[in-house]
Parts: sequence; structure tokens; C-alpha cells
Amino acid sequence: MTRPKLQPFLRPKHIDQIPCGTCFNAGHLVDANAGWRTDTPVLDQSLCTGCLQCYLLCPEGVIFRAESGLLIDYDFCKGCGICAHECKAKAITMRKGGL
Amino acid sequence: MRTSSRSTTEGSPALPPVTAKNLNPSEFFYGHKGCAGCGGSVAVRLALKVLGERTFTAVPAGCMSAVGFIYPQLAFGSNAIISTFPGTASMLSGIAAGARALGLDDCHVVGFAGDGGTADIGIQALSGAIDRHDHIIYICYDNEAYMNTGVQKSGLTPFGARTSTTPAGQQVRGTLTQKKNMFEIVAAHGIDYAATASVGYPQDYLKKIIHAKSVAGTSYIHVFAPCPTGWGAASDISIELAKEVVDCGLWYLAEFEDLKFRLNRNPKEFTSIENYLGKQARFRHLLPEDFQAIAAQRDQHWQRIRRTWA
Amino acid sequence: MTHAHKAFASGNEAVAMGVRLARPHVIAAYPITPQTTVVERLAEMVEDGSLRCEYLHVESEHSALSAAMGASAVGARTFTATSSQGLLYMVECLHYASGGRFPIVMMNANRALALPWNIYNDQRDSLSQLDSGWIQIYVEDAQEALDMIIQAYAIAEHPRVLTPVMVNLDGFVLTHTYELVDVPSQQSVDEFLPPFQTSNKMDLDAPTNMGFTATPADYMEFKYQQHRAMVDAAEVIVNTDRAFGTNFGRNYGGLVDSYRSGDAEFILLTLGSVTGTARVVVDQLRAEGHRVGLVKIRYMRPFPARELAALTRRAKAVGVLEKNISPGYEGTVFTNVNSALAQAGSSPLVLNFVAGLGGRDIAKADIARMFEQLAAGAENPPDERVIFVTLQVAVAPEALVRYADEGL
Repeated sequence: MTRPKLQPFLRPKHIDQIPCGTCFNAGHLVDANAGWRTDTPVLDQSLCTGCLQCYLLCPEGVIFRAESGLLIDYDFCKGCGICAHECKAKAITMRKGGL
Repeated sequence: MRTSSRSTTEGSPALPPVTAKNLNPSEFFYGHKGCAGCGGSVAVRLALKVLGERTFTAVPAGCMSAVGFIYPQLAFGSNAIISTFPGTASMLSGIAAGARALGLDDCHVVGFAGDGGTADIGIQALSGAIDRHDHIIYICYDNEAYMNTGVQKSGLTPFGARTSTTPAGQQVRGTLTQKKNMFEIVAAHGIDYAATASVGYPQDYLKKIIHAKSVAGTSYIHVFAPCPTGWGAASDISIELAKEVVDCGLWYLAEFEDLKFRLNRNPKEFTSIENYLGKQARFRHLLPEDFQAIAAQRDQHWQRIRRTWA
Repeated sequence: MTHAHKAFASGNEAVAMGVRLARPHVIAAYPITPQTTVVERLAEMVEDGSLRCEYLHVESEHSALSAAMGASAVGARTFTATSSQGLLYMVECLHYASGGRFPIVMMNANRALALPWNIYNDQRDSLSQLDSGWIQIYVEDAQEALDMIIQAYAIAEHPRVLTPVMVNLDGFVLTHTYELVDVPSQQSVDEFLPPFQTSNKMDLDAPTNMGFTATPADYMEFKYQQHRAMVDAAEVIVNTDRAFGTNFGRNYGGLVDSYRSGDAEFILLTLGSVTGTARVVVDQLRAEGHRVGLVKIRYMRPFPARELAALTRRAKAVGVLEKNISPGYEGTVFTNVNSALAQAGSSPLVLNFVAGLGGRDIAKADIARMFEQLAAGAENPPDERVIFVTLQVAVAPEALVRYADEGL
């Protein structure tokens, strides 16, 4: 399973380092979206039934499967609340604050 | 006559359907700057997971390109290019032709254009691509207005909706025109495959993308994609709205293939239109007579499609 | 496989033959007079199997260039062709292609722009798009047209250039007139023009994102890079022409071609097919003892500023003959020439001869008259430097109805 990861961005210092003709590496992320959140989803694994609807319906794709269960990439979660709203098991709650 | 070099086993009845469990776990649309709760993002993200690594994507000027390609933040994990606003379908045609000429086998060419980029400024190029049976998948994510530029009316803005260019006031109560019937317009071209979908029915959407992968010609998928920002709705109900619009009959799930229409879902009863519209500030100004008009339009439409598609 | 041979071909047919030899992967075709025979011949070549490529019947010129960009973006060599209204319909894509650094080659049949409607030759279509970032070539005859299609790919695809190239042919007067051309062998072209390789593309093995946004923090650097590539292209252009001469026995002088201008007192600068007529007039006037010459401007972008300044340094007067006017001011070629001469500190008198608009004929006598006006102007510089040639109506102020200063 791969997804683009945050990486440091080295600003070009010479014109030859500017990408030619607007072509650059796919999946190049230098900036997290965490600062957008006003509320943060928190998943209670004990209530999770593993239906994966939260993973499926997240507009950001930040919910992912790990061995320990479902995890949330808080670097890129915007706190929209769709996961909490759609979870039939009520395993996700939105906590106030960006955590 | 060109034939597809692509395997057609995917989407054949022998394979199990794609679900959240067996969907490609990689993310190909990640770290973008879309609004929280963006329905369009769900549509793009899921389609790219179905299509996989060997995909060329074109996205016109609009929401998905504006949020996904701001150097140095590039959110598409597979090959992707921004096209001109009118030129999504023509750029896709060129990509497909170039890939074929270069002998690039077993890859997908897909475009994601908004309602404005499809039904208005992009319709000429789309028409040409379908006419040529170019081997592309064209996905229209329909958030019912020119959202990226500030919620202006498009050809797919529904009757009654308030937009920044169809304000709702004392004299005129929002949009006075109906959504352009894009599904039937592409069908009238004799397109190889067309479907309507919604992010509120994700399993149905996934199934249609898988089917489009196997089509040796042009596919068009029109996916309903709520926009909390432009619609004045809470960010956590985007999927709920996308389901309700189908349940109340203002949108429909259908397919067109082999020159025949197929209604996928034919509700015996519709849920409340007022309930669906009432959750969105863009409809808050509507009067009872407007709800009646909208219901009557819905009923007339369903009478026709039940008679001919079901 | 084509062997070297001679053919009796129109300018358009020569272009089609050059395209076939260049082995494009994708051709996007939309018809417009007087380009139509280019895309028709190419369709026949695809049908008979002598040209193996993807041929897209697109539904507009905007789509033609958009499709060419899509193909180029996956690493395919592409070709399209247009004229006048079609060129203008794709203007958004012209800038997109040059900023995106797609090495597309496009033939443009120079034709007048509506309004009024006019399908005959002038150069306002391409000259109005000098700022679009394309390399622009103006060819004189069918042989040069064929040869420049091949050179255009070599120049466009050069890693230091990566800039689209527009090859301009005068509509009807060159696109539809016939001459004997030498058609090189496919093998010799394959040796001269290698297959297209680039890293500026989407790649299934190394995915990229293309056509992205650059914020105010970055955009200027991209534009400088694009500008710089076009400036550096001048050297590639000269080297390519020289190498073409070595391989095929024909070269064209690089950015400009001068004819009897070395000791000329009066020099005419020309673009495109009218150069052929002007050469004859130069010979006639020389035979009468006048020291005249011409310089054919082959490339309008990159602009041969230094070459023109050097070639006109000792002239008493220089005429810029162009089938173009920027309404309200002067011809664009004239503007470009004056800037070059001013920057070089050069100061012959420069006159602008605006001729040939909408297909108006330019006769030898008209050109001879231009040299007379240069000679007269060198003695008594006229106030008005922009001269519309061969107007058929009186335009003197006395003919106009004027309102009196007082009263009305």
C-alpha cells in the first residue's frame, strides 16, 4: 500500500533546477493539511466492525488499514466528519479541537 | 477498425465484485487542498484506486485540478496532467492515441471534469471523442455549479438552486432552467457505455468504473458529487446527500450500453424532496409552489424513464 | 520506404511529404482553407499505408492542438495544421503548448483574418501570435517547406529547446502553387532525425504530474526558463540548418538569408514567398546599376536581432515588407526590426511597407517602387514611416469630410 508522503522541499537555486515545462514527480507533498481541522475524528477499535465504509468514503483517503486495525493519518485529515457520520457502529466520534 | 489490446477479464461476471476490502489499498489522490467533505474528491479518489497504477489522468481547470496540482504540492500519485478547460476530452483522445501509437499496452486513460467543464465549455470535445469511439473513460463529477470559481450557475445547476449568478431574491428565486440531460446526450451519440452514479451509492459507482475498464471504446460516467461549500451544507453529510438525491428521485442510477437504457434502481416510493433540499442553504428560499414544481418535474421524468428504461 | 526522388508538388503537398518522412506518431486533423490539402494528403498516405500513425479527425482546431498536447505528453511525436480563424481558435492552446514545452510541429497556412472574411493570403494570423511562445518559421517555396518540416522536429525536440514550432506557408500563393521538389529518402531522414525522446512526459514507470499551477512565488522562473530556451534555440537552429546542408545538400542560411545585401545601399526585409518576387526585382535593379539587396527573415521567433542589425549596418535605408498591420500603429515586423536596430545603435532610415493584405497582389513594379521610396526617403525622411502599398482609393486628408473647429 503506497500513498504520497510528506517530504522536505528544496527550493531551486538555479534556473536549471526549475522543472521543465510543468512536469514534476507524481505524488509530491510538502505541506500537511492538519491545520484545517476544527474537530478531529477518533476511532474506538473496540466498537469497529471492520466494515471499512469510513476508509471507502473519506474524501482524503487518510483512513488506512494496519495490522492493529484502522488508523487515521492526522497529517492530512481535515476533520470533515464524514467518517463519524457514516459509521453505523458509532465507532468514530468527532472531538473538539485539532488535537 | 481498431480493437482493444486490453484484457477484458476485469468486469466479467466470473470475478468477485470490488469492495472496500479488496480495493487497491494504494492512494492516488492524496494531500490535495479540496474542501473538507468534498464529494468530488471521493469520486476521483475511488476511481483512481479502481484504475490503478497504469493510468493516465487528465483533469481540466476546475476544482480537482486547482486542489491537486499546486507546484510543489502535487497530489496525484499516478500520471496526471491538467488540460485546458474546454479540452479534457480532446486531450484524453490525444493521450489515448499517443499511448496506442507508442505500443503502451494495458493502461487506462481517464478524465475527471466538473459539470461546467463537461456540459458547457467541454461538450464539443466530449462529443468528438465519443464520435470517434476513442478509448477513454470520461467521468463527470457533478457538483451542480462552477464551484472552483465561486459557485456560478452551470448547465447542470438544478431548477431552484441559488448560485452567485442566479441569486434568489424577490423577483427571481434562483435558477430557472433544468439540468442539461448529459446522460441522454451522450447516449444519443451511440456511446459505447454510459452510466449515472452517485458517491452516495459507492458500491454501484465502483462497479460502473470496473465495467468501464473493460469497454473497448468510450465510457462516460456521470457521478453526483455534493459540494458542502457551494451548497451550504454541513461537511459531514456529503455522502448522505448523495444517497438522498437518488432516494428522492432527483437523480437516478442508470446505464446505457448496446444502444439500450437500463434503470439500475427503480424505487417504489420516493423519499421526501423537501427533506433533501432542506439540508442545503442554496434551496432555503424555495416556497411550497417550488417544491410542487420540482416534484412534478421529477414525476414526469420518472414516468418516461420507467416506461422506456425499466 | 521512400527513396530519394523528385516530385511535382504544391506547397501543401510538400508539407505532407515532409511530415510523412518525419514519422509522427499522432496527427490531429481539422480542415480549413487553404490548409486542407495538407490533411487530405496525409489521410491518403495513412489509407495507403505509406504513413503509419494515429490520425484523429478532431472536431475543432482547439481540440486539434489539445489532442496533439495529450499525445506529446505521453512521449509521442505529433503534427497538426491550421490557418487564420483556426489558429486563433486555438490560441489558448498555443500558450499552453509552449509553456508546457511540448515539441509539436504545426503548419500554418497564412491567411487573412475576419472581419471582413477573406480566405486569401496575408500574415496577420501568425504575426498576431508572436507572443505565444512558438518558434515561427516563414518559408519561401515548396522545397523549403518540405525541408523545414524535418528541421522543425529536430529543433523542437532538442533537449535545450523543447519548444513547439510553427511552419508558415503563404496561403494559396505557396500552399497551392506547384514546383519541382527533391524528396529525400526515408533512410536519410531517419539518420538525420532520431526518434523522439523526452523526460517531459507522463511515464508508466516513473509517474509525473504535468500542466500544474505555479504560484506568484514560482511562476516567473518558469517563464524565464521558457524565454531562455527560445533564445538558446537560435544556436540550435543554425546548427540544425548547417547539419541539414551536410546531410541533404541544401541549407537556408539559418535565422536569415541575405541576397546581394553586402554592399547594398537600400535593403528590403521580406517574409515568406514574396521573397522570390523580390529577388527578381533586386536582380533587375542591380542590372540597372542600383545597389539594392534583400534579407529574408526566416525566423520571427527567436528574432534575429543581431543578424539584422549587422546586415543593415551600412545601408542608407531599410524597408520592411510585411503582409500585416497592427491597427492603429504599425506592422509587427517593423516594430521588431526597429527595436533590434535601436538596441544595436544602428540608424538607417526604416520604412514599413504594408502590402498584400487579404491576398492583394504584390507585383514586381510595386517592389521596385518600394526601393525608389527608400532612395527618396534616405534623402528626405518622410514623417509617415508606415506606408500602405497599392491602396485603390484616395486617402489624402482633403478627401475626408471634416468638422470645422468652431461650431460643430
